[in-house]
Amino acid sequence: MAKAAAKTELQAPPEKLVQRRWGDAVFERTSLLTALSVFALLALTGYELAHGSRLALHKFGWRFLAGSEWNPVSEQLGALPFIFGTLVSSAIALLIAVPLSIATAVYLTELAPQWLRQPLTLFIELLAAVPSVILGLWGIYVMVPWLREHLFPLLKTTFGFLPLFQGPIYGVSMLAGGIIIAIMIVPIITSVSREILRSVPGLQREAAYALGATRWEVTRIAVLGYAKKGLFGAVILGLGRALGETMAVTMVIGNTPQIKASLFAPGYTLASVIANEFTEATTDVYLSALFEIGLVLLGVTILVNVAAQLLLKTFGGPGVKPQN
Amino acid sequence: MSATNHRWRKFKNVLMQAVALACALLVVAPLGLVFYHLIKSGIGSVNWAFFTQLPKPVGESGGGMANAIAGTFILLGLAALIGVPVGVLGGVYLSEYGSSRLNWWIRFAADVLNGVPSIIWGIVVYALVVVPMKGFSAWAGGIVLGMMMIPLIMRTSEEVLQLVPNGYREASLALGIPRWRTIVQIVLRTAMKGIVTGVLLALARVAGETAPLLFTAFGNRFWNHSLSDPIAALPLQIFNYAISPYDDWHRQAWAGALVLLLLITAVNVGVRVLTRDRFQKPA
Repeated sequence: MAKAAAKTELQAPPEKLVQRRWGDAVFERTSLLTALSVFALLALTGYELAHGSRLALHKFGWRFLAGSEWNPVSEQLGALPFIFGTLVSSAIALLIAVPLSIATAVYLTELAPQWLRQPLTLFIELLAAVPSVILGLWGIYVMVPWLREHLFPLLKTTFGFLPLFQGPIYGVSMLAGGIIIAIMIVPIITSVSREILRSVPGLQREAAYALGATRWEVTRIAVLGYAKKGLFGAVILGLGRALGETMAVTMVIGNTPQIKASLFAPGYTLASVIANEFTEATTDVYLSALFEIGLVLLGVTILVNVAAQLLLKTFGGPGVKPQN
Repeated sequence: MSATNHRWRKFKNVLMQAVALACALLVVAPLGLVFYHLIKSGIGSVNWAFFTQLPKPVGESGGGMANAIAGTFILLGLAALIGVPVGVLGGVYLSEYGSSRLNWWIRFAADVLNGVPSIIWGIVVYALVVVPMKGFSAWAGGIVLGMMMIPLIMRTSEEVLQLVPNGYREASLALGIPRWRTIVQIVLRTAMKGIVTGVLLALARVAGETAPLLFTAFGNRFWNHSLSDPIAALPLQIFNYAISPYDDWHRQAWAGALVLLLLITAVNVGVRVLTRDRFQKPA
């Protein structure tokens, strides 16, 4: 195409040629600048967070990450309860969401009758579009009471011998946070997994069918085996979303900076503490500590997302589209 | 032996299909439940006053979210001013120019950017806009949502631009039309429907964002008279009402959530119906 453009230009009168070069150059440079804005945004984000957290970095150093006390009044600030809360709630979310999402993606691409595929896909896309705050509202007034009255007592009587399911039941809890994150990340893991399964060549399936495999065996051996790496990428992408999920978690996790073995105990996440305390931060050190929590969150999510994108891009089926 | 084996395999086949179906139903169940409860608890408070009145002080029942609804649309307008030109032009660059290596990196950065938690954007814009302007403002809210739209729109625009057949570009260039005009008048115009679709989806996505607005737009219980003042937004209002201790505010929160979710769902469904149309009747 570039060659074709150059050729037409050769035959144009000189005056127009200059004009044309000028127009083309301006347009190309402008669009280049806008495309490069993504790098600028990434750099800006890192810079602003690092700049904002320098006070806390200076005052606490590495102890910030290991400190388990969060007392803004005495300015004893440690991020460990939030790191713990983010990791545990995301782990719960993945435990719930990964099997469900992959099974759903398999169902959508391999097993479901044709007429059901489109509506199911639409429902999953609509679930992805539900704003976090709305899910949180539903979480506070519908899900948490239900968990408190039904699921948690049941878990306590059945698995109460495990430290995970001991202690008083409040409803708002690490487990509630994990469940709401699971609901939020299921659509993205499902739709990315679906794209990946769809990009598995038909020949893979036909070969397995020709050997007399049942539909499930075809799926397990020929499809899932082939798509393993891509599916892993989808899961990591889901993890990235889980770590940064804010509003819905903030509304159901209980917002208590503590490290407890029990999943029934309230917790706190990196994202929630920023959401709750940022506008209330009264001292410079306090505010700076919240910036540093943001910096930690940014670092972790960028690492996770880079890993996910690398996995997805090197899996490289043509059908694998970027997901929002 | 082989007969039982066969039967076992067949049974397992049916069993796994049933398990997969159960998982799929479980996955979409929350969508149904959320809609059910929003309608049940919210529909009673969605009335004329809801769309036309300001919030009432605590203790007085009634009132509405008119300022928050207007605020959300103002914020979306500001966001579009930033997100649409930058996003679409960036998509043009990815699709029409650039080396494949540079473009790989740009796409990579855009995808990573899409994964940055929205609360982080809030902090960045707080430091970048709110602190220098010495106050929360509609500007800050619009800027943060606009920034979030850039990578979203860039990727969808690129995708639809690449669907434009190369023959269109070649035909235009062969007529001696400069490349930039070819792109603006032929390529972009052909892909317009897809680009608008991408923009609408991006708007629907940021319309429900709450976290980045907490310390940029901040919220406001009254009408916003200047873009340099704090402004109300539907998701912020839902959040503030949801965590408040007042029953009347809870009802308003449900109503607000119902309206917001219906808006977002309408855009999502509408856009999908339109694009399905496009794929059925290829140009």
